[in-house]
Amino acid sequence: MTELLIKNGFVFDPSNGINGEKMDIAIKNGKIVESVNERKAKKIDATGLTVMPGGVDIHTHIAGAEVNTGRLMRPEDHVKDVVRKTAITRSGVGYSVPSTFVTGYRYSKMGYTTIMNPSMPPLEAKHTHEELNDTPLLDKASYPLLGDWWFVLEYLSKGNLAECAKYVAWMMGTSKGYAIKIVNPGGLESWGFGRNVHSIDDEVKNFCITPREIMCGLAKVNKMLNLPHSIHLHTNNLGLPGNYITTLETMKALESVATDDKPVAHITHLQFSSFAGEGWGSMHSAAEEISNYINSHSHITFDMGQVIFTDTTTMTADGPFEYTLYELSGHKWVNSDVETETSGGIIPFHYKRNNAVNTTQWSIGLELALMIKDPWKMFMTTDHPNGGPFSAYPKIIAWLTSKKARSATLKRCSKKGQKRSLLPTIDRELSLYELAIVTRAGQAKALGLASKGHLGVGADADIAIYNVNPEKIDIAKTYKKVRRAFGNAAYTIKDGKIAVKDGEVVQHVDGKTMWCDVQTAEPVKIDDEMKRKFKEYWTVEYDNYPVYDHYLKVPSPIIVKADV
Amino acid sequence: MIVLTPLKKFKFPVYAECINPDVFQNKSIAEIAVLPVYEGNKQKKLGELFKIEENPAETPNITINGDVGEVRRIGEGMKNGEILINGNAGMHLGEKMSGGKITVNGNAGGWTGSDMKGGIIEIHGDASDYLASPYRGTSKGMHGGKITVDGKVGSDSACYMHGGVIKIKGDAGPFLGFSMSDGVIHVAKNAATRLGANMRGGKIIVSGFVEEVLPTFTIDNVKPKVKIDDTESVQGPFYVFLGDLAEKGSGKVFVSKANNPHMRTYEKFL
Repeated sequence: MTELLIKNGFVFDPSNGINGEKMDIAIKNGKIVESVNERKAKKIDATGLTVMPGGVDIHTHIAGAEVNTGRLMRPEDHVKDVVRKTAITRSGVGYSVPSTFVTGYRYSKMGYTTIMNPSMPPLEAKHTHEELNDTPLLDKASYPLLGDWWFVLEYLSKGNLAECAKYVAWMMGTSKGYAIKIVNPGGLESWGFGRNVHSIDDEVKNFCITPREIMCGLAKVNKMLNLPHSIHLHTNNLGLPGNYITTLETMKALESVATDDKPVAHITHLQFSSFAGEGWGSMHSAAEEISNYINSHSHITFDMGQVIFTDTTTMTADGPFEYTLYELSGHKWVNSDVETETSGGIIPFHYKRNNAVNTTQWSIGLELALMIKDPWKMFMTTDHPNGGPFSAYPKIIAWLTSKKARSATLKRCSKKGQKRSLLPTIDRELSLYELAIVTRAGQAKALGLASKGHLGVGADADIAIYNVNPEKIDIAKTYKKVRRAFGNAAYTIKDGKIAVKDGEVVQHVDGKTMWCDVQTAEPVKIDDEMKRKFKEYWTVEYDNYPVYDHYLKVPSPIIVKADV
Repeated sequence: MIVLTPLKKFKFPVYAECINPDVFQNKSIAEIAVLPVYEGNKQKKLGELFKIEENPAETPNITINGDVGEVRRIGEGMKNGEILINGNAGMHLGEKMSGGKITVNGNAGGWTGSDMKGGIIEIHGDASDYLASPYRGTSKGMHGGKITVDGKVGSDSACYMHGGVIKIKGDAGPFLGFSMSDGVIHVAKNAATRLGANMRGGKIIVSGFVEEVLPTFTIDNVKPKVKIDDTESVQGPFYVFLGDLAEKGSGKVFVSKANNPHMRTYEKFL
């Protein structure tokens, strides 16, 4: 079956300005086309249903070394969520660190079709791609962690941006990566020696460079290489009270890089970077300060990093922060140093309603999302699994679209947290059109994915159909129904094939792995000097390091012409 | 009321969390017979594996006559009612139960009473490893209720115990009460080594022989008798050890003075 016709749905396609119009969508050979032969094509009757582009997730840890270590250390997380095989799907385990196949199935059931795996130590790139190969029904890409890579630090401290850009371009191809990920710039390199950086102007020992120089340097490199996404930034001092000042300084520092209206940086899981207060006792929301800044500037996009009240597993390359969490909770933990590249840490964490800090965190995520006026700057994530598992997205959709849903949850939270929350003062409720921006169109635009996140002619036929009739129901009032509908898509169509019907996976479709093939005027020379560095810096030989083409099951390189 | 008899000797493990008085309540025999169970990786109906009869004369809600040593998760999460098993019981018996009573006239498998919050489990034979211990990786063990074992108990029992009472009339294996924070364990006979490792609170009482107490415990005093609960106490005298100091714990290990003459060396520290 190569032709498909979706008839009479209410279409929400913000990239093309379509807001709930009744339309037909025609699909041929996995792409959206003008029209198909109506008699031959298979028809889907979408009367009374909402049709959106397939969901795009800009930041979700679903594969790689740290996710797998998280799986290993949490048998108790799996035992409560066992998934049996069916005739079509494979067995697995779920909850906060699901197995690869279950990850694919669960995303697809929610109507998601593209996801971005945001932290890949280049040394672990092969492992990451092996897991991504086994994540079905989704197109995916990975961001290599480059903010503390010795090559980047060396060239940036010398001020040699062009050379740095060449190596970043080489790394995109070598690790099959998509965008530059920066985590706690300078902090991770310092953590290798038991230190950390505490502001964006602290010097990183051994390299004589500051986090400010790393971020701005890589943002400039990103521009020189014309990468589709901006730099993907996890700020310094993340998760510590009073860190919003660092976040504001970071955003101000990046102003210097912006030359036009295009965003130069994506600040990820902003909720964790928007804490005010002196200590945990007085910790409160800085959503107002942060959103005021973002509302008046256009060089920043961000995602929420929403907290869900549940038992989850936190995992990040920010080793020093995970150590802080261990000191707070005393839970079992993992921490590691990834040679010349980055660090990593994992610790289980239970976000509790009756905890004032956790309630405030929950509130900050929603406050940020609702106080930013332009939905094209704000994207919905939980920073899976750090704020909570991605399977809780329908809950966030309910909170964003319904004040009633927010109040119902806030009422059951810690009294102290309730008093500190700004949510009762916010009346905004997102419409389905805005929801389509924050869950798919905006994310695809920020990622520079031309054929994703919209339903125009030529786009990939990744479509989600939900059982919501915008003419009949008021999504702000019937939030429970909305939650159910967005958790169980009526149809998810991947590359023109029906993958999910009525919340059940009906067909196995392999997703593509996207990566940027950055073409520089003069590629990096793999000479003896480079091989010597490999011998000196890494525990692997050069020949065992790159991810060769045959590693990717369905490769989808994006050719990028660089300016250098 | 309901009497279950296995129709064969099970070769594969059977997962039968539906054998639970709360589930059987207000169901007819026909409805009970179609409850789903897994035998190995095949889904079956309860009636395909068990003969199901109703016997108004019997008092417990569910009686199982025969060996169900391969049947796991019996009485999982039960809140009230009574189960009587005339034979051996499989792993995860009474897991997460919060009320009611389970009696086993035979041996019980691993993880019996794991994560339990209330109710009573009586085992008139031996219990295997991980009695009342949580599943691997969790730190939420038994929170309440009572378990009595007439025979011996395997290793790693009562790990992460947060409350409740366990009485063992036979011997106990190593690592009894690992990392426990509250609750009482009484071993009428001997206990193997490393009892109370990492404990932060609660009581372990051993009336028999203990080869050694961990070096991270310190002797506190000698007591003539120890209370198990409001109604029962054990006659001593007992050496009282405090620990586990490696965890800054304030748990107590009581070791019989009469049966452990080799511990007399500790008396000079009193």
